[in-house]
Amino acid sequence: MEAVVFYGFGGLAVVAALLMVLARSPLNGVLWLVVCFVGIAGLFAALDAHFLAAVQVLVYAGAILVLFLFVIMLLNLRPGDLSRLTGFSLRGGGAWGFGVGVLGFAAVVTAVILGAHLDPVTGKGGVTTLVPRAMSAMEPLSGGAVEVAVPLFSTYLLPFEAVSLLLLAAIVGAVALTKKRLP
Amino acid sequence: MSLTPITVHHYLVLSTLLFAIGLFGVLFQRNIIIVLMSLELMLSGANLAFVTFSRTHANLQGQVMVFFSIAVAAAEAAVALSILIALFRARDSVNVDAASDLKG
Repeated sequence: MEAVVFYGFGGLAVVAALLMVLARSPLNGVLWLVVCFVGIAGLFAALDAHFLAAVQVLVYAGAILVLFLFVIMLLNLRPGDLSRLTGFSLRGGGAWGFGVGVLGFAAVVTAVILGAHLDPVTGKGGVTTLVPRAMSAMEPLSGGAVEVAVPLFSTYLLPFEAVSLLLLAAIVGAVALTKKRLP
Repeated sequence: MSLTPITVHHYLVLSTLLFAIGLFGVLFQRNIIIVLMSLELMLSGANLAFVTFSRTHANLQGQVMVFFSIAVAAAEAAVALSILIALFRARDSVNVDAASDLKG
C-alpha cells in the first residue's frame, strides 16, 4: 500500500515535472506544474504531514500558479513568442551547469545506493551511516493543523512575524515595480 | 509483485530528482516564465526532503520550516513576476537572452 502511494504520486510528480520543463508554451507548463504539485501534496500526506499537504494544494497549486496564469494572460504573448521558446541552448555556461547538476545528482544517488547496502551493525560497506528503515516502521508523527500550530506560534513566533513583514514588502515591491509611470 | 519497503532513501532520491529537473529547467529553458516555474520546482524538491526528515525524526520543526519556505516562495513569485512584467514592457520578449545586457 505504502509503495503504491509512493510510486504513484512520486511518478506523477516526476513525469509532470519533466513535461513542465520541456513544455513548448508556458501555459502548458503551468498546468503540468499543478499536476506535479498535487503529486507532491500526495507524498506529504503519505509522510503524515496532512496540513502541509492541504497548504501545498491551496497555496502552491492554488494561489501561486494562478498568479503565473494571470501574468501569462497579462503579457498577451504572440504565437511567434511561443514557438521561439522551444529550444534549449547548450552553449556557454549552461554546459558547465549541466555537468555540475548531473554530477551532483549522480553523487547523491551513489551515496544512497551505497548507504542502502551497508551493514546495519558495523556500519561498514557504505559511505553513509544512515541505516534505512521502512517508513512504516518509524515512530508515528501527527502533522495536523493543531500539532503544527504549537511550534509555529511558540518557538517560531519571531520568524513568523518576520515572514509577514517579508510578504508585506513583497506586495509593496510588486506594486511599485509594475505600476505605470505617470507623466 | 513484491516491492521493497519504502525507506527514507526512496524519498531522498525523489527529492533530488525533482530538484535536478528544476535545475535543468533553470539552466536550459529560454522562456523566463518556465525558468521561474522551475525555480518553484527546485524549492518543492527541497521541501520534500524537509518533510521526509521531519517524518524520520518524528520532529515537527521540519514541517514548520516548509511553511516558511512556502511563504518565501510566494513572496519570491510575486516579485519575480512583477520584474518579468517590467522586462516584457522594456524588451517586448520573454526570452532570457533579451535581458543579457544591463544597459539602458
